[in-house]
Amino acid sequence: MTDGDKQRVSFTVNGEAREAWVFPHESLLDVLRDAGCHEVRYGCGEGVCGTCTVLLDGEPVSACLLFAVQAEGCSLLTVRGLAQGAAQPGEPHPLQASFLRNGAAQCGFCTPGMLLTAWALLRREPHPTRERIRRELCGNLCRCTGYSKILDAIEDCRQP
Amino acid sequence: MVAAPFRYQRAASFEEAVAALAEHGEDAKLLAGGQSLVPMLNLRVARPEWLIDLNPVGAGPVAEAGGVLRLPALTRHRVLESDGLVRRRCPLLAEAASLVGNVRTRARGTIGGSLAHADPAGELPLAALTLGAEVSVLGPAGARDLLVDELLISYLTTALAPDEVITEVRVPAPRPRQGWSFLELTRRTSDWMVAGAAALVELDERGTVAAASLAFGGVAERPVAAPAELLGGLSGEPPAEQRFARVADLAAATLRPEDDVHASGTYRRRVAGVLGRRSLNQAAIRARASGETP
Repeated sequence: MTDGDKQRVSFTVNGEAREAWVFPHESLLDVLRDAGCHEVRYGCGEGVCGTCTVLLDGEPVSACLLFAVQAEGCSLLTVRGLAQGAAQPGEPHPLQASFLRNGAAQCGFCTPGMLLTAWALLRREPHPTRERIRRELCGNLCRCTGYSKILDAIEDCRQP
Repeated sequence: MVAAPFRYQRAASFEEAVAALAEHGEDAKLLAGGQSLVPMLNLRVARPEWLIDLNPVGAGPVAEAGGVLRLPALTRHRVLESDGLVRRRCPLLAEAASLVGNVRTRARGTIGGSLAHADPAGELPLAALTLGAEVSVLGPAGARDLLVDELLISYLTTALAPDEVITEVRVPAPRPRQGWSFLELTRRTSDWMVAGAAALVELDERGTVAAASLAFGGVAERPVAAPAELLGGLSGEPPAEQRFARVADLAAATLRPEDDVHASGTYRRRVAGVLGRRSLNQAAIRARASGETP
């Protein structure tokens, strides 16, 4: 393959228009990281671990299982975009604040995926049970916390 | 792990996809949700020269017409598990879809893709077989219909020709006093099933069994229906748990599941029998409940 085989792809990341020339086989994950979105992280490359979760038109997807060319015209949200929904500029998003308050992050590697999956769940279902949260997050693996603190943090953000 | 280079073509219609398959032959693969294919590409288990992306075809809404639920092939698992019509008219399918993979798998995976991939431990092939679903297939010579029972052949193998694509899945609407069940055993939530069972039980006005179907997943090279003569023996009888247990055990005894790292074949067969009994029983309980609330 030569550069002539590259295709132009345009999408938005956290509301900002982006454009890239990519080979068809380049994953969205690689292209996002090359574009400086280092908050999207490589975990397993098989869609199992949830570390590379991004929201594609509002739905959580594995960026390692999507080719960048498939994101043409789509709107992407990474964890960096979550804080744009905070009350004050520079403040963390309420979910992020809850993760901090509850000690729900240790090494932090899985945290962006956890936050985005939880955000999508709470937007769809504002009052999930703990069991429901557990099920929804079963595809996001954490090696450090044992999950309890993460569930606590998300429960803390449910609407009463 | 990164996929090997391939050429990429977007198909705006199923006709375009078929033309691309006819042109590129065995060197081309169709891409739908990509939740099984792309891991295989990333692991380089599969290395097609062309990828034909079906996603631009899109999926219209699920519709009910003439006693069948019509599901566009690109209907995503997320829609199956949350769509009001599917949940109301085909709860077995909604339940099965909710058990597929994780939330990201369900956001992208499609029913057409799942049936064409034909994983013997897949939830949707088992659900579609139990429901007596049918698929429409488009190829260079035109369209044809086949039952899911005819579609599924073996491990990742279907009756589809290399230049054919599934365009629609049709599921018979539920009958009055019909109950359903879909059960699976997994090592961890979101894993492939060790074994699964799905059942439909229909009762007549007197509350005896009018018809029953039962199928197993994860126990053979494709999902398998319990022998018709065993299920036929339930008809005209009261929906008693001991009867269901006997039929499920006899049906499970016909299975020869293989051993693998997750479970021995003997254990799988035992689990299939237990899940078969529970699913017939649960379907009968639901059938009774549906008769009570017109």
